[in-house]
Amino acid sequence: MAKALINIKINDIPISVEEGTSILDAAKQLNIKIPTLCDHPDLSVSGNCRVCVVEVKGAKYLQAACATPVAEGMEIYTNSQVVRQSRKHVIELLLSEHNADCTSCSRNGKCELQDLAAEYHIFDRILLDLLNPEDMIADISSPAIKKDISKCIHCQRCVRTCEELQYVSALAVIGKGPQQHIGTFFDYPLNEVVCTNCGQCVLHCPTGALTERNYIEEVWDAINDHTKHVIVQTAPAVRVAIGEELGFSYGTRVTGKMVTALKRLGFDSVLDTDFAADLTILEEGTELLTRLKRALVDKDPDVKIPMFTSCSPGWIKFMEHLYPDMLGHLSTCKSPQQMFGAVAKTYYAQKKGLSAKDIIVVSIMPCTAKKYEAQRPEMRSSSYQDVDYVLTTRELATMIKQAGIDFMSLPETDYDPLMGESTGAAVIFGATGGVMEAALRTAYEIVTGREVPFKNLDITPVRGFDGIREASIKIEGTKPEWSFLEGVELKVAVAHELVNANKLVRAIRNGELHYHFVEVMACPGGCLGGGGQPYPVSWEVRQMRAQGIYEEDKNLLFRKSHENPEIMQIYEEYLGQPNSHKAHELLHTHYYPRKKYIN
Amino acid sequence: MDTSNLKKVDLIFSKVDDPLHILDKALQKSQDDIINEIIDSGLKGRGGAGFPTGLKWKFTKNEDSDVKYVICNADEGEPGTFKDRQIIEMVPEKIFIGMTIASYCVGAKEAYMYLRGEYNYLKKDLVPKMENFNNDLKNRGIDITLFLRSGSGAYICGEESALFESMEGKRGEPRNKPPYPTKSGYNYKPTVINNVETLVYVTMIEYIGVEEFRKLGTKDSRGSKVFSISGDTPIPGIYELELGMKVSDFVREFGDGDTKAVQIGGASGFCVPRKNFESTIIGFEGIPTGGSVMLFNSSRSMYNVLHNYLDFFVEESCAQCTPCRAGLQQLLKGIEAIKRREKPVSYLDELIKLSKTMKVASKCGLGQSIANPFVSIVENFKEEIIF
Amino acid sequence: MEESKELIKKSVAKHGKSRNALMPILQDIVADKQYLEPLDIALVAEELDLSAADVYGTATFYTFLDTVPRGKNVIRVCRTISCYMSGKDEIISTLEKILNIKVGETTIDRQFTLLTANCMGWCHKGPVMLINDEVYHSLTPEKTIEIIQQYREKSKN
Repeated sequence: MAKALINIKINDIPISVEEGTSILDAAKQLNIKIPTLCDHPDLSVSGNCRVCVVEVKGAKYLQAACATPVAEGMEIYTNSQVVRQSRKHVIELLLSEHNADCTSCSRNGKCELQDLAAEYHIFDRILLDLLNPEDMIADISSPAIKKDISKCIHCQRCVRTCEELQYVSALAVIGKGPQQHIGTFFDYPLNEVVCTNCGQCVLHCPTGALTERNYIEEVWDAINDHTKHVIVQTAPAVRVAIGEELGFSYGTRVTGKMVTALKRLGFDSVLDTDFAADLTILEEGTELLTRLKRALVDKDPDVKIPMFTSCSPGWIKFMEHLYPDMLGHLSTCKSPQQMFGAVAKTYYAQKKGLSAKDIIVVSIMPCTAKKYEAQRPEMRSSSYQDVDYVLTTRELATMIKQAGIDFMSLPETDYDPLMGESTGAAVIFGATGGVMEAALRTAYEIVTGREVPFKNLDITPVRGFDGIREASIKIEGTKPEWSFLEGVELKVAVAHELVNANKLVRAIRNGELHYHFVEVMACPGGCLGGGGQPYPVSWEVRQMRAQGIYEEDKNLLFRKSHENPEIMQIYEEYLGQPNSHKAHELLHTHYYPRKKYIN
Repeated sequence: MDTSNLKKVDLIFSKVDDPLHILDKALQKSQDDIINEIIDSGLKGRGGAGFPTGLKWKFTKNEDSDVKYVICNADEGEPGTFKDRQIIEMVPEKIFIGMTIASYCVGAKEAYMYLRGEYNYLKKDLVPKMENFNNDLKNRGIDITLFLRSGSGAYICGEESALFESMEGKRGEPRNKPPYPTKSGYNYKPTVINNVETLVYVTMIEYIGVEEFRKLGTKDSRGSKVFSISGDTPIPGIYELELGMKVSDFVREFGDGDTKAVQIGGASGFCVPRKNFESTIIGFEGIPTGGSVMLFNSSRSMYNVLHNYLDFFVEESCAQCTPCRAGLQQLLKGIEAIKRREKPVSYLDELIKLSKTMKVASKCGLGQSIANPFVSIVENFKEEIIF
Repeated sequence: MEESKELIKKSVAKHGKSRNALMPILQDIVADKQYLEPLDIALVAEELDLSAADVYGTATFYTFLDTVPRGKNVIRVCRTISCYMSGKDEIISTLEKILNIKVGETTIDRQFTLLTANCMGWCHKGPVMLINDEVYHSLTPEKTIEIIQQYREKSKN
């Protein structure tokens, strides 16, 4: 049913909008910009910053444009004298509570408060400084996220993000009056609470209050240490997003330019996490088939079905905290980043005649949780920390700018050999549903000897941005060794955003839903919407990145993981078979139950 | 005191034999009949905001919802206000009856009283009385149940949407409006929320009749009102008076002969200086009040009074919205800075401007009302603030 | 801790597991032990299927839901206008002297915590204080000393 139309005037311009439209959205339709801070398209409406207040004729008070629905006959003024005065006051009040030492802030130049202060010419600040000196000490306990309360503007976007997108609520509003602040359970340091390190709070923070832990200097030091062989790996989702920081439009594929830039930064070898993603598919696909055999044929009660993917470290920590009883469902496969690190310091080292201690592995990730993952004590298969430094997409962009590289004019080059070959299956790891699609492309073929029955290998039912998606494939014409799967309807599900993952896991635990294989990515849209990706973020931006990813898949020579020649090579020369003893040593891991409120 | 121009009234605390009879009589009427009576009576909310009670009920009744609620706001927290406490102590049945009539009128089956945590000691008597009353309702076959819920020390929870949040187990942060409680209140269901005193007047209107009630007060301020009188007065306490009196008459009765200012409506109300006593009316046509009237004599420093108010609001701000959270701290630190000569006298004008922004741009009534005491004290007692 | 667990279970049984039950449950705990410890909040969060940080954030909104250790008797002296005018400062300094603590502190024997609070609705009979849920009005220094003495006697018996 079409909604009723409401006739209003904004700045004397008449417009009809659907019932329920906010003043803010109505103004957008007229291309009238109303500034906002606490509002974010991913989140529920809060109306607490008050920077969007507008005048409504006849109303005693100004109205928050984000939170006020239009009403018939409303006459709205977005730039009257009282609105301008209030807006300037609000901005100056926020600055009075804010550590406005912008040049020492990593959001300098990309800060929504700074932009507004500039736009509204808040040059002569007359109000008193309210900043509490105790708030000047940032929480750097987490290896992934830095929390600096002196930069906080109390907009609560992080709190809503942590609750509404991620169902974690590691962050909450604490106290009232001057004590009110964004904090954790009993204000414990971030590394001691349920935080999954997903970094969505970072991505949704308008200022520098929540940022990634920055490791740029450490990486520069490594590059300039000539006793070290410094390898860099780039995750699938980075190649469709880093361009945004360097002059390209949303979702532009810049793989070749990025590789060139990395070489020019001085990395000794530029390799691809995609290689490890293909490795993951072989390991995880084999693990799935083995689990299915143990469950269906051996009737082993210890084997847990469905199997959950394990690529997303935020998701892993979420499970460890909230569903410690369900850890057996998680694939034992390490994430591609960690598979890469383990293989780099063993297989690659051997091939190159290097010692693991002389190798530094740097990851470029769309993710902040990867920073945490790299430091997990389990992730030392090479006897050293397998991945030394993890940089976000944003940090790499900063390094490229620091190095004076004109990214847009760079020529395109290929990744270096040995662990640089990629398939389309690996690239789509960057989008929600991609791991599922890649796994099905390979597993189906292992079992039947034929390609998955989808046009152009595009398993469209698992694509898209619906929070939870389901698909099933009937397995027919199996090879003799897989005959136990003949006629089995393989049921799979995909979820992204932990709030959806939570719904899915809960339903599975309660026996309401039944699947064989479930993919979960912690972040909205999957890694392409990761906490380490460029600002700003919205579903439109994520959609454009997803388009880039699926285009990249379409254009690659190999589109199935098991066809990656470098993957065949590593099994032949080093690992033996998927899930072999050696593979288990290097490529698989285990998980630890944690508590629901502390780490 | 017989020469007084103030008209004392004895409705709220008056002794009524068999109060349940009022309820029985009321419930024989239709819902609309009672609502129209309350509208005709001119009764406006006694919590301070003064919304016509009957209209509130009508809006709620007209909402299409299986579940509706009635809430008695007993989160009396405005500094200088203590009348609800006394009403709860002395005539709880009259409140219960008001809650029941309201529930009957709008179609609510559950009615809650939200009692501020500071009044926990009242529960000893109140809980058994409420249980008895519930039994009386049950015995009469009335499908309405009363519940008691407690606050835990948060002034802002007297704001209706903050009160709902608190009852829902959340931080008492006011919601965006619209929607209003009549459409979306407790548990996001249509809700009537009335002050303690308002509900007792409902009971008394049903008892004495609309006409008798309308005889009291003025055209814009029908009926009487319970006042909490404190400060520099020889006779502090609770008085029920007809609405619409002059401040000068009030001071004559309650002042100590040296009154220089009267704060009407609690800390968030207005300060009236001596020169305006004669021209200021207490009531909805003048300065409305939730009942608090505080007198100050010439020994008091209005700087200290304002400072105490601001201290209170700074602490009690829920702090979600910028103007209230940061603005209040600016006002408090600002007058301190002027006093210490760290800011020029002209800074006071900046603070007044800021308080006016807080009035129009804050999210709820707390931030919106700070300008009332701030501007009225600063403008009338500028010397005391500066020197 | 077992005691808290028992108390929380009982309170949850009485008030239910919906979020609407949160305030009454936290109030029950505070009525019993005067403040909320991390494990209390974690247990309540677990029972009600809420985030522990969220429950902590909710508790810290309310002055009476203390999350720092308090003594057996929590004294709250009203600091708002009427009590200020009628001499609350003298009452506070009397209490500080006889308890040998400052506002915000707890006595070493954990019998008393001294706090200030906002308007308690006794503006005509200030100064006022609450001790736990009991109200004492029209205070004078002498009267205050007497009241504290009574509490001390009570705790001895």
